[in-house]
Amino acid sequence: MATADDLKFQEFDDAANLLAANPDATTISIDEPVEIPKNQHSRLQEPGREEDDELLGTDDSDKTELLAGQKKSAPFWTFEYYQTFFDVDTYQVLDRIKGSVFPVPGKNFVRLYIRSNPDLYGPFWICATLVFTIAVSGNLSNFFIHLGKPTYHYVPEFRKVSIASTTIYAYAWLVPLALWGFLMWRNSKVMNIVSYSFLEIVCVYGYSLFIYIPTAILWIIPQKVVRWVLVVFSLCLSGSVLVMTFWPAVRDDNRRIAVATVATILLLHALLAVGCLAYFFDAPELDIPAPIIPAHNGTTVITKS
Amino acid sequence: FPGLADVSIPQDIPVEGEITVPVGSHSPDEDYSTLDEPVKDTIMRDLKAVGKKFVHVMYPRKSSALLRDWDLWGPLVLCVSLALMLQGGSADSKDDGGPQFAEVFVIIWFGAVVITLNSKLLGGTISFFQSLCVLGYCVLPLTVAMLVCRLVLLAGAGTISFIIRLIVVGAMFAWSTLASTAFLADSQPPNRKALVVYPIFLFYFVISWMILTFTPQ
Repeated sequence: MATADDLKFQEFDDAANLLAANPDATTISIDEPVEIPKNQHSRLQEPGREEDDELLGTDDSDKTELLAGQKKSAPFWTFEYYQTFFDVDTYQVLDRIKGSVFPVPGKNFVRLYIRSNPDLYGPFWICATLVFTIAVSGNLSNFFIHLGKPTYHYVPEFRKVSIASTTIYAYAWLVPLALWGFLMWRNSKVMNIVSYSFLEIVCVYGYSLFIYIPTAILWIIPQKVVRWVLVVFSLCLSGSVLVMTFWPAVRDDNRRIAVATVATILLLHALLAVGCLAYFFDAPELDIPAPIIPAHNGTTVITKS
Repeated sequence: FPGLADVSIPQDIPVEGEITVPVGSHSPDEDYSTLDEPVKDTIMRDLKAVGKKFVHVMYPRKSSALLRDWDLWGPLVLCVSLALMLQGGSADSKDDGGPQFAEVFVIIWFGAVVITLNSKLLGGTISFFQSLCVLGYCVLPLTVAMLVCRLVLLAGAGTISFIIRLIVVGAMFAWSTLASTAFLADSQPPNRKALVVYPIFLFYFVISWMILTFTPQ
């Protein structure tokens, strides 16, 4: 074939014909995660990959819109499909956790750490740990606050575990779903440079919840000031990770919508922290039962129920 | 193949030999039918297998008996007894109190299933039921701890009894986690061991918490 044809994007059957015509030609196989362009047809870098796929029409029949990379090619009813979401090593998970706790100014958590390999291990187990940490810490904190009071009888409060798990898993999965839907909708109106897949958003949210685990443990300290300082501190850290991740995805949009989106993200994050603090941890020093009035005429005492 | 066209077996040489392929592992079911044996033998065989696995858990060595001949009787017995012993706690108000029987059951079985799925998704080579078997059997030290806790609570519920319970539950929790990791660690890819061990740690921690916070009425 003429050399000019070699520079154009060629279908696989043409390549087979090429090979049949010239069996001695060397062939190169290029793996998926390589960043160098396979051909000169405008292959954008990772951020534009989704639009590029639609342009090229290389829609895998098994690839749904929820996925970002082409490597997840197993059909969704096989086990191997789900194994691709757990393709992380220990040091990678630790790196991602570190990246969610210490935000690097200017660096995007998704681009820096996730890099088109979103995993479900981190979000799932961080949420599970957070559920039990909040339940256990809340129980311990209540125990220490009420210790010594004569009317207090310790209860394990096991029901709160199910409430905690519903809340946290709903936050970690429904909010990314809503955000992803919203970003997709805005993407159809305004062409953004940066767009995230659903799993990447779930990943960011899951890892950003990690800071609440040590925060929940420190909430055992029965001082209001300490607790609120912790809330603000952890909100700053994880909120900044979220903002730095999602600001590039909305900044090309209408200014007010962009600011409103980021503000909503932060507000929901704060609401989760404050809600957990209020529900699972009794307020210190406020929960004083009514004083026991010595009954002179045999009337019963009324204590705070 | 032209050379073999004229090969024939002479009629007067008897052909003899064994057609059956010898089976590698002995399985007594093929030697004799278990239908004819007394029921006591059948039950005792299974009970002995369960008992042997209990011993393996209490003295964890790298033996493959727990993995090879998995069974779920032991985990079922342990789970039911643990859930029963966790009953009778303070359950006076509407939503406070210890876990209900169904909650303990669900936590143990659902937790074991999730951990097994997690280990398989991370690339572990262990089979589903083998992992369930190991995780279930390693609840044995915690069941022993629950028994000890209930006995200690019969004597009193003060600070000393709490310290004793804390030490016992802590030691049994460490024993459970170490025993299950000893059995399961080999089947994991080497650079993901911590990712598989951590959920097991969390699982036994939750069960230990339920045992430790048990307060009688």
